[in-house]
Amino acid sequence: MAPDSFEIVVGLEVHAQLLTQSKLFSPESTAFGAAPNTQTSPITLGHPGTLPRLNRKAVELALKMGMACHCTPEPHSYFARKNYFYPDLPKGYQISQHRSPLCGPGWIRIAGEEGPREIRISRIHLEEDAGKSLHDQDPAFTCIDFNRAGIALIEIVTEPDLRSGKEAAAYLTELRRLVRWLGVCDGNMEEGSMRCDANISLRLKGAGDLGTKVEVKNMNSIRHVHKAIEAEARRQFAILEDGGLVCQETRSFDAGKGESFPMRVKETADDYRYFPDPDLAPLYCSPSWLEEIRSAMPELPEARTERYRASCGLSAYDARGLAEDRETGDYFDSVISLGADPKAIANWILGPVKSWLNEHPGSVLPLSASRLAELSGLVLGGTISFSAASARVLPELVRNPDKTPVQVAQSLNLIQDRDQDRIGVLVDQVLGEMKDKVLEYRKGKKGLIGLFLGEVMKKSGGNADPRLTREMLEKKLGGYPVGRSPKKN
Amino acid sequence: MVRDYLDRISAHASLNAFIEVYKEEALLAAASIDDRFREKLPPGRLGGVVIGIKDVLCHKGHRVSAASRMLEGYVAPYSATAVQRLQDAGAIIIGRLNCDEFAMGSTSETSAFGKVLNPLDPSRVPGGSSGGSAVAVAAGLCMASLGSDTGGSVRQPADFCGIIGFKPGYGRISRYGLIAYASSFDQIGVFGRNLDMVAEVLSVIGGPDDFDSTVFPTKVPDYQVTIPEKRPFNLAYLKNALDHQGLDPEIRTGFEFFFEKLRKAGHRVDGVDFDLMEYLAPAYYVLTTAEASSNLARFDGIRYGYAGKPDQLVDYYRNNRSLGFGREVKRRIMLGTFVLSSGYYEAYYTKAQRVRRLVRARTDEIFSKYDFIILPNSPVTAFPAGQMLNDPVAMYLADIYTVFANLAGVPAVSLPLFRHSNGMPFGAQVIGNHSDEAGLIQVSSYFMSNFRMGD
Repeated sequence: MAPDSFEIVVGLEVHAQLLTQSKLFSPESTAFGAAPNTQTSPITLGHPGTLPRLNRKAVELALKMGMACHCTPEPHSYFARKNYFYPDLPKGYQISQHRSPLCGPGWIRIAGEEGPREIRISRIHLEEDAGKSLHDQDPAFTCIDFNRAGIALIEIVTEPDLRSGKEAAAYLTELRRLVRWLGVCDGNMEEGSMRCDANISLRLKGAGDLGTKVEVKNMNSIRHVHKAIEAEARRQFAILEDGGLVCQETRSFDAGKGESFPMRVKETADDYRYFPDPDLAPLYCSPSWLEEIRSAMPELPEARTERYRASCGLSAYDARGLAEDRETGDYFDSVISLGADPKAIANWILGPVKSWLNEHPGSVLPLSASRLAELSGLVLGGTISFSAASARVLPELVRNPDKTPVQVAQSLNLIQDRDQDRIGVLVDQVLGEMKDKVLEYRKGKKGLIGLFLGEVMKKSGGNADPRLTREMLEKKLGGYPVGRSPKKN
Repeated sequence: MVRDYLDRISAHASLNAFIEVYKEEALLAAASIDDRFREKLPPGRLGGVVIGIKDVLCHKGHRVSAASRMLEGYVAPYSATAVQRLQDAGAIIIGRLNCDEFAMGSTSETSAFGKVLNPLDPSRVPGGSSGGSAVAVAAGLCMASLGSDTGGSVRQPADFCGIIGFKPGYGRISRYGLIAYASSFDQIGVFGRNLDMVAEVLSVIGGPDDFDSTVFPTKVPDYQVTIPEKRPFNLAYLKNALDHQGLDPEIRTGFEFFFEKLRKAGHRVDGVDFDLMEYLAPAYYVLTTAEASSNLARFDGIRYGYAGKPDQLVDYYRNNRSLGFGREVKRRIMLGTFVLSSGYYEAYYTKAQRVRRLVRARTDEIFSKYDFIILPNSPVTAFPAGQMLNDPVAMYLADIYTVFANLAGVPAVSLPLFRHSNGMPFGAQVIGNHSDEAGLIQVSSYFMSNFRMGD
């Protein structure tokens, strides 16, 4: 059997912590990184007599995500209890919409290996997070931090539509872009605010039925998901090649070793005894509420990319780059709304602005929209060169947000000289000093223009407008810019 | 006055109605009410009213145990909405009252703090699960008390002790701070010797609460005992209930006599068919134990409550829950776990839910033609102590008349109208339509002043 006679089938379950101020059923804060057990209330800790109260903001965020994934919001859904005992589960049950999801089927488009693909979403539902068991804090005991208990989660489940680790990574990248775009989740897999479990199986290409699936957990980055799927596919292939059978189990991924190992096998089958939570009224989303949420939906990344391509005339690559996150896209929009040239601004944002951000991690955008518009305008008008503007004016403007680009360029002596008389003198000087080179040029060694240009620039102290200088050199040397006919004097 | 109550409580300590008496605190509260009277400040709607609360209601800074070893030493970190509202209205909380463990039982004998005795005949049980609450009012140890009623736990002990026990409709009083037995059935109820007191307490504790999303969003009216505007009444009784073979013939005769008197007074009293009678107790026990098995999962000894010595996790759970809970509670947890298990779910839980829907539909049908339904509370008067402990099924079947109102979610009251030849009282259960607590109070007042026998 050859590996390429098999196909990998992957379905993903992603849990995303919602960016609500308070928990799904109780009022305490959800901020990450607080001291253990400081963000707990009697409700979170499951004290006797406490009752859950639904956070409507969480429902709203879940609905937004559903709408962005082309899912159908269900007007009627309910919360059920998933009963099991574990120390980090305070009530002895998790409140979940497992039986009755808030959002029905939808899809997300990803950049597949052979062009765009639609990955089907089977459901999106709300549930509460559990606390965190810390096994490494004490030699004898497991410690539990209940800060995370009760935080609102959405679970986003795909159909088994993904065909490789790479596609799974593309799906997660797209999903992360969406949750961040909508402000639904910060998408941080390292901190665990977005978590992913993968169901992986192999089948012969063209086979209709799915193979036995293995669930892999504990992958805390997109890269790990990619690797874990590839590793699991290799493992399953080796088993099948030996004539063995894949055993349905749950495995945990060890990123250090790049392989997964079986998790503790439970002695008994899970029976979560789901039943509707009698403490919560069924959830009803009225048509008017749904409409209100729908009409407040922002322009989504796909539409944004298309707009940048179609009406701003940008390349697909640039358009996609600007719509990578909402902040960048919104920044671009606000700069061009000031009348700036879209292509030039795209170059600015994806070039110098992005590099500056990469060099200063955690910073906000360095320039206000109007400053960037002014700066770009100065370059287009030939007042300063792009290289001087990006390498020198930009950092100076960041340091002195009150100054205008013109002021900065002046103070750094970067304003380009466009005085034809002054440049003409320098051109004559240089050509007079390099007579033999001029001869060579006229014989056809056109590349020498760069040398002459460099000399003139040097003599001007770098201030001469290079474009203008070049034009003047070419004219003087008898050559003409391509596409122009010589003019008779 | 508070001192008088405290004296009576010590004099009747053998009834075991109180688990804890807040002596100093009650005296201090009384003194501050006295100050308000002296300074002519409004004392609050329940200013100076001495109230006891069932040991399933959280009272911030005070112990609450659900009469279980499981919560031995547990101090409530917050107050139940109902308790908070009582205190805000100036009521004096005099202590917490004994009951069946986790409100599971009909005799008040399953408490980890010992059984409660019936003040009218100490060889008999006071009923349950809110036995302590009924006894405290019946023996004059407080003016009113709060209980909880999941399947009759307010009405049946009121019946056995000869006082009024009022269970509002589901959703009328916030359950926040009430230790849950079965969430879709539990309702806080009020015990009193007269309807005025009951109506006052209901007006104070009822109404919407941000902490309980199953409470009606509408404000409660100011419940008043007034002369009913609408007379004569259209009254129904369930034929299948009165024909039930377990019903004490003397109770049956009492009701027939009562209905005759009502007819003579110009009211319409009809027997209606209710063929779901035999399904009530089974459906009730399937659904309540299912909910209880989940509601009581939080008692694991990890965050609070009874905990043995640390061990491997599964043994730790097993140990804490085996020793912390009593027999009846464990029986119901196991029953509830069973009926929710895959393979049995459809046959039990789903079917019981269907019965509940049918009961509700039939109830609505009856209330489309009648103003109130009249039923016994219990097929018998107070049982001799110990009789039911070893026959849980007989005890469950004794709930047949009271679980109806909880399955339907409607308000119901037990009125002490009758006396049996064995010397014990028995009451009439009057059931009102959804949200008709006000009408129920009025008709109760009319019955109490015109149809009380035997006194």
